[in-house]
Amino acid sequence: MATQAQSGGGDFTSNLGRIYGIYTGGFAAFVILVAILEKVGVPNQILGYLFVGFTILVYAFIGIVSRTVQVSEYYVAGRKVPAFYNGMATGADWMSGASFVGMAGSLFLLGYDGLAFVLGWTGGYVLVAVLVAPFLRKFGAYTVPDFLAARYGGNTARMLGVMVLLACSFTYVVAQIFATGLIAQRFLGMDFVVAVYVGLLGILVCSMLGGMRAVTWTQVAQYIVLIVAYLIPVIILSAQKFGLPIPQLTYGAAIAEITALEQGFVARGLATEAVMTAKSHVQPFTSYSPANYFALILCLMVGTASLPHVLMRYFTTPSVRDARMSVAWSLLFIFLLYFTAPAYAAFSKLEVYSTLIGKPIAEMPAWVFTYGKLGLVTICGKAADSVATITAACQAMAGNTGVLRLQDFGINTDVVVLSTPEIAGMPYVIAGLVAAGGLAAALSTADGLLLAIANALSHDIYYKIIDKNAPTARRLIVSRVLLVVVAIAAAWTASKRPADILAMVSWAFSLAAAGLFPALVLGIWDKRTNKAGAIAGIIAGFGVTLFYLVVTRYFPGFGVSYAGMSSLLNPVTGAPVVNLQTAMALPNAMEAWVTGAHPLASKVGWFNINNISSAIFGLPIGFLVMFVVSRMTEAPSKELQDFIDSCRRPRGGTIMEEKTA
Amino acid sequence: MNPSPDDEHWQKTRSLMILMMSLWFFFGYVIHAFVGPLNGIKIFGFPLGFYMAAQGSLIVFVAMLFWFAKAQDKIDRDAGFAEDE
Repeated sequence: MATQAQSGGGDFTSNLGRIYGIYTGGFAAFVILVAILEKVGVPNQILGYLFVGFTILVYAFIGIVSRTVQVSEYYVAGRKVPAFYNGMATGADWMSGASFVGMAGSLFLLGYDGLAFVLGWTGGYVLVAVLVAPFLRKFGAYTVPDFLAARYGGNTARMLGVMVLLACSFTYVVAQIFATGLIAQRFLGMDFVVAVYVGLLGILVCSMLGGMRAVTWTQVAQYIVLIVAYLIPVIILSAQKFGLPIPQLTYGAAIAEITALEQGFVARGLATEAVMTAKSHVQPFTSYSPANYFALILCLMVGTASLPHVLMRYFTTPSVRDARMSVAWSLLFIFLLYFTAPAYAAFSKLEVYSTLIGKPIAEMPAWVFTYGKLGLVTICGKAADSVATITAACQAMAGNTGVLRLQDFGINTDVVVLSTPEIAGMPYVIAGLVAAGGLAAALSTADGLLLAIANALSHDIYYKIIDKNAPTARRLIVSRVLLVVVAIAAAWTASKRPADILAMVSWAFSLAAAGLFPALVLGIWDKRTNKAGAIAGIIAGFGVTLFYLVVTRYFPGFGVSYAGMSSLLNPVTGAPVVNLQTAMALPNAMEAWVTGAHPLASKVGWFNINNISSAIFGLPIGFLVMFVVSRMTEAPSKELQDFIDSCRRPRGGTIMEEKTA
Repeated sequence: MNPSPDDEHWQKTRSLMILMMSLWFFFGYVIHAFVGPLNGIKIFGFPLGFYMAAQGSLIVFVAMLFWFAKAQDKIDRDAGFAEDE
C-alpha cells in the first residue's frame, strides 16, 4: 500500500499544473454559480454557508486524498514539493487570518508607521534565503530542534529549541483559531464558541491524516482562494474610482486626495492641529518613534527567519537549490498581498474622509450601522448601532456641532477589508468570497503551526528523547494523537477569548527571534560556536526577551521599582505617556498580572522601546553571550566541523538519515 | 599554498552573503531613515519615502532573492558542489 501511495504521489507531482488549473477553474465556476444564485434571490446567509462549506469540503478532500503512512511523507512531504508550489504553500502558511483581515486596517489607522509590518514581514525572507533555510534543508532536519540537537550535541539544545518553539507557536495557533471563529461568527451568524470548534474540525481534517504532505497540498489550494479573494474587491474598486484595475498604482492618487482632505479638515474645524498631526497618513513616526519603527522592523524580520512553522516548509523541497528558489517564490506570493494592503487602506480612508467626515451625524451611510451594530465602528465614543444613539452621543460631546469630526470617528482594524465590497456597492457574492479568503488564510496558518507543534512533541520529545526504538507505526499514531490534543487545547483557549491574543502574536516574533536566530545563524556561519555557547546564548537571549515582555505587560510596577524602567514617550510630542510619579503613587501600582486597563501596562520600558519589539534587547545579548562563551570554552570537535562543512555544500544528499521502516 | 576548492567555495558564498546583507540593510533600514526628504519627491502621486516602504523596498527584496538563488547556484556549480539535476 505504501508503494502505491508513493507512485500515486509521483503522478500527482508531475500533474500539479493541470490539477491546480482545474481547481482554480472550478473555484471560478463556483463563484459564478453563487453570483447567479444571488441574482435569483437566494438569501445571503445561505450564500455564506455555501462559500464556507464548499471551500472547507475541498480542503478536507485534499487532506484525505493525501493521507500517508510513511514517516518522510508525514514529516517533510517526501521532499518532493517543487519550488514554485512550495512558495504558494509558504505564502498561505505565512499569511495569517490577521494579515488578511487586519493588516489593511492597521495601515488605515497607523498610516506610514504601519508599513513597519509590511517591510518586516517581507524583508525577513532575505534572511531566510541567505542565512538559514538552504543549510537546514541540506542537513535534512524534520524539525528545527533536530538541527540544534545535531549541531550542539544533544538533548539540552533540543529541549531548549522545543521550548522556544512551543512558546511562539502555541499563542499564534490560538490566534488563528480565534480568527476562524470570528469570521464564521460574522458571516454565518454562528455562535462564537461553536464556530471555534467548527474551525477546529476544518483544521484537523487537513492535517491529521496526511501530516506535512496533506498540509502542503491544502495550503496551495488555500493560497489560491486567499489571493483571489484579497485582490478582486480592490481591483474592482480601483477600476470604479480611477478607471484602471491596478490598485497598486492608482492608490497614489488616493493618497494625494487624502493629504489634500487632511489639510482641509484643520481649516474647516473638523480636526484640531494635534489630531491631524497624529493621524496624518503620509507623515512618518507619528505612532512609533524612529527607534521603535526600526526596532519593530528588525524584530519582525528576524522573527520571520526563526519561526519554525515557516522554516520547516523549506525541508520539503527536492534539493537545496530548490529550497533557495522556493524562498524567492514564497516572497513573490506574499508580496502580492502585502503590496496591495496599503491600497485597501488608502481607498477606504478616502471613502471615510470624503463621505463621512464633515457630514451631518444624521446622514451616515448604511455600512456604518452594519458594522456599528457589531461594535466595530464607533461615533462620538459609542458603537454606531442606530441614528438615535450616535445623535445623542454627539450632542453630549463638548464642541460637536452636529457634523462628524475626525476625532469623533473610530473604526476597528478588521472592518477595512471586510467592508470594502459593501462600501463599493458590490454584490454579496464578493463579500462571501472575502470571508472564504479570510478563512483560508486562518486555516492554512493554523495547519502549519499545529503541525510544527505536534512534530516537535512527537519527533523531538517522544521519538528522540523518550523512545528511540519506537516503530514507525507507533510514531505516526503518537504524532496524530498529539496533533488532536494540541488542537483541542488551542481551540479551548481560543473559546475563552483571551484578552491579549492579538498582542501575543506580535510577541511570538520577538520570542522566536531572540530564542532561535543566533543559534541557527552561528551554527552555520561560525564553526567556533559550541554547545556551551549555544545553550548559554539561547537562555540569555530568550530569557531577556521574555522578561521584558512579561514585566512591561504584567508587572509594570516592579519594572519601574526594581528594573529601572521609565515611561514610554509620545512619538509626536516626546512627552511621557504616563506620569510615573502619579501612577506609582496609586494603590494598584505594584499589582501583579495586571489587566490591559492598568495605567502602567505596556506603557513602561527601557530606552522608550515598546514591548512589541522586545527582541531588540534579547537578540544582541543572545549573539554576544553565544559568541563569548563559545570562545571561552573548548572548540567543537573535528567531526562536528566536518558536519558543518557538509551543511555548507549542497552536493551529497541529506546528512540526517532516517530509518524508514 | 593554493586555497582548496572548499575554502574558495565558502569564501565566495560568504562574499555573496555580505553583499545580500548590505543590500538588505540598505533597503530595509537606511533608505527609510531618509523618509522625510524623500517624501518631497512625488511619483504616480506617491511621496517617494512612503512609496519605498509600501512597495519599492519590497520589489527590491523579491528581485534580490531570485538573483541570489541563481548566483549561489553558480558558485556551487563552479566549485563542483552543486547537486545533480
